[in-house]
Amino acid sequence: MRSTTRNFVDNAARGLADDKLQAALGRLSQGFPVKRLETISRLPEFEQLRDDAIAIKRHTLENLDSYLERYEENAKVSGAHVHWARDGDDAREIILGICRDAGAKTVTKGKSMVSEEIGINEFLADNGVEPIETDLGEYIIQLRDEPPSHIIAPAIHLSGAQVADTFKESHDELDADRDLSEPRTLLEEARAILRKKFLAADVGITGANMLIAETGTSVIVTNEGNGDLTQTLPKTHIVIASIEKVVPTLEDAATILRILARSATGQDITVYTTYSTGPKRADDLDGPENYHVVILDNGRSSLLGGEFEDMLRCIKCAACLNHCPVYKAIGGHAYGWVYSGPMGAVLAPALLGLGETHHLPSASSLCGRCQDVCPMRIPLPRLLRQWRRRWFETGGEDTKTRLGLAAWAFLAKRPALYRPLMAIGTSVLKLCGGGGRRFPILPRPEGGSFVDQWKRGKR
Amino acid sequence: MKAARSEILANVRSALNKKDIEIPSAVDERLRAHAINTVPARVSGADADRIAIFIEEAERASATIERIKAPKELAGAVTAYLKSIDEEQAVRAAGHPLLKECLAEQTILEVTEGPSDGTDTVALTAAFAGIAETGTLVLCAGSESPTTLNFLPDTNIVLLPEVSIVGTYEDAWAALRQTMGSGVMPRTVNWITGPSRSADIEQTLLMGAHGPRRLHIILLADS
Amino acid sequence: MGAMNTALKNPIDVGLFATCLVDLMRPSVGFAAARLLERAGCTLHVPEAQTCCGQPAYNSGDNTDARNLAVNVIAAFEGFDYVVAPSGSCAAMIRHHYPALFEGDATMTARCQSLSNKTHELLSFLTDIMGVTEFEAEFEATATYHDSCSGLREMGIREQPRALMAAVKGLELRESGEAQSCCGFGGLFSVKYPEVSGRIVDAKSDAIEATGAETLLGGDLGCLMNMSGRLRARGSAIKTRHLAEVLAGTAPETPAIGEEGDKD
Ligand code: SF4
Repeated sequence: MRSTTRNFVDNAARGLADDKLQAALGRLSQGFPVKRLETISRLPEFEQLRDDAIAIKRHTLENLDSYLERYEENAKVSGAHVHWARDGDDAREIILGICRDAGAKTVTKGKSMVSEEIGINEFLADNGVEPIETDLGEYIIQLRDEPPSHIIAPAIHLSGAQVADTFKESHDELDADRDLSEPRTLLEEARAILRKKFLAADVGITGANMLIAETGTSVIVTNEGNGDLTQTLPKTHIVIASIEKVVPTLEDAATILRILARSATGQDITVYTTYSTGPKRADDLDGPENYHVVILDNGRSSLLGGEFEDMLRCIKCAACLNHCPVYKAIGGHAYGWVYSGPMGAVLAPALLGLGETHHLPSASSLCGRCQDVCPMRIPLPRLLRQWRRRWFETGGEDTKTRLGLAAWAFLAKRPALYRPLMAIGTSVLKLCGGGGRRFPILPRPEGGSFVDQWKRGKR
Repeated sequence: MKAARSEILANVRSALNKKDIEIPSAVDERLRAHAINTVPARVSGADADRIAIFIEEAERASATIERIKAPKELAGAVTAYLKSIDEEQAVRAAGHPLLKECLAEQTILEVTEGPSDGTDTVALTAAFAGIAETGTLVLCAGSESPTTLNFLPDTNIVLLPEVSIVGTYEDAWAALRQTMGSGVMPRTVNWITGPSRSADIEQTLLMGAHGPRRLHIILLADS
Repeated sequence: MGAMNTALKNPIDVGLFATCLVDLMRPSVGFAAARLLERAGCTLHVPEAQTCCGQPAYNSGDNTDARNLAVNVIAAFEGFDYVVAPSGSCAAMIRHHYPALFEGDATMTARCQSLSNKTHELLSFLTDIMGVTEFEAEFEATATYHDSCSGLREMGIREQPRALMAAVKGLELRESGEAQSCCGFGGLFSVKYPEVSGRIVDAKSDAIEATGAETLLGGDLGCLMNMSGRLRARGSAIKTRHLAEVLAGTAPETPAIGEEGDKD
């Protein structure tokens, strides 16, 4: 998927001006965060579970090569084909190859952010394989040819009326005058259409929330059941998972599951948690005959052992988005790519480079709410600052900010110079009555400097 | 793709400053031990009423629940339930020995066995276990439990013996290891907590997204 | 004045780090802080060499300048028993972020660490270290309180100001459901992305207005200036003040933030 992150300022302005988006973002604040608090309040062990989960991830990352190898070994024992992809190119070729071998015309897809990351849909379509997103939100945005605006609720930016328009336009075989004013009717229409697609698909592609080394198992969590239909009905199931998704054991997976849905949607657990190990067995009555796993690096190994390693603990729960004042002001599309909110602002520079993405780490008040709610306690503000530092150090920061900072720092290091000059500044500001409309943040100063007045004996 | 594999692993090792390509014994030890991390005290305590908690949690997840005392009551329970939701008296059933036993003498229900092709409206299956912690059902794919039954029919009726209700997720894995052996998994393990749902349109929660619109759990008491 | 911690050494030398914003924009907060510290029994020092903690540079990724300013602050303040700032964010800068600036430099790291350990935000210092429970202050108004992000999340300040407010005669606290939500200031963030920051402070202002309070109180001048600027631009009559002014009893003689006073 092509990024428009470079245009962040314009993207954000568009988000701010979009009333429907603003209404949706308003609803977001009243939804996930409220439910999250409620479910957490019923689990006294929540904080301990977070600590356990962090320890699991740390241990796994420290031994990532070993766990990947053990995962692969055990997956192969169960009959899985395991493929390794260095980057998007590798992954796309592997997946297309499997689809070709399967003679695939249509491919159903469960929601997978990694598959968005490598832009698989566009690629398959260009190569004559029709990809069909089946998560309701993903389906809607696929019809609209939009990127997801939220990592777990991809169509959260849309109103029901917008979805209705999209359906009327896309489902042109149906009666044009049908009533689609209720979310229920929209859901029913999508369900009926996608049910046929599920049954007809030749290949199903899903992501994985985890890979379990102990058993060679891939795990997906969903609420709709679309992921299960995607992977159960076609002859071939392809899992695409990035390298940091591996965990050691079923018990470790259980710990992470306990914090995942709670942090994400505020559910105790998602409706469906599905563990897949290899293809259909001799005594199975259904299930895919071929089971492939594509393990994708795409820049992640370069984060390992470095100052952004903490980001590899991310379980893509979206709690940081749901609690981010910036995300809630501008929405996910402003970030211009697959990942949004604080996690996106840390991840996108790692995957796309700072030249494209430097606005994202800068566009944060560093309020720290994300780190507070992140189940993996990823120090997102620190990581954002680290990107800012890299950007500054490589000379990326714009000249105005750079010169302003330099001049101010020059003075602030020299109190004898700083104070008289600042006194002039505040006097002028006072005469003007503050920063006015342009800089409402600057009030009319009281006048004088505290340190000076104190020195002169004022109390 | 051999090249990609070794390149990725080499990158990982160099990032970790690892000279050795041997897998440390600590890793294998951890996999063998599969130690339990923190578990919720509410369901793991010796005096926890797992059945009551299972019911409470499954209902919280919008499943409906009823309890029967003996296998022969199953047909009657299913019949009454189907009537209550205005469904025909026909089920697509898993070929599970317990279901066979329960339905052996009944005549009201039309029962066909096997996986679903999407034309059946009601599925009847038997769960491997229930997990009290979140009111979650565990179904393991196999000849006695086709996966399609869990997802295609509109109505999902699941029989769960009360003896199979465990406290935590970890307890469920322990039970599975006991049945299958350590490190071995069925092709698919489905954890199911309530009926299918979506809130993707305006964050309005609606049941029956792609999977079943209703999940009815019938608990079978210890005999 | 309420109970005090008598186990402390005597005299307690406190260096008041006024913060650049208080020093230049609102000296009355500095005087109020000084009054409170002295009334709590501290011996007060206001080093002239102080300017800014370096946070604007640090948050812009300019660690070199941040380091240079940190060296200034360390030199000016390391001699005191405690360093106190009427700002959670500047105190957090010294306490939590200075050490990271000198990684690899053992001498500076040690000096930083020792300064970090004794650096506090004003209100929490008064309650937690000095053991103050009240200041016998009076303030006839309904007020809502804003928990500044750094104070709340980096310094753990939440209950302390509330305890002090509860003891103020005439003050009725009206909590906002969004008390802990960011006001959108974020230093240079509000300058670089004014529209985004503006939307955040608008949402914050909605929540503040919804409490029906007459006064907005807080412990960080940056946030207070941001919110007061927006509230005033919206035509709101809500007065914004640093809580230290209320506790020190200087509020009646000082116009609220951004208000015109006759006092020069
Ligand atoms: S950074 Fe943390 S909160 Fe954000 S998606 Fe990842 S795990 Fe969730």
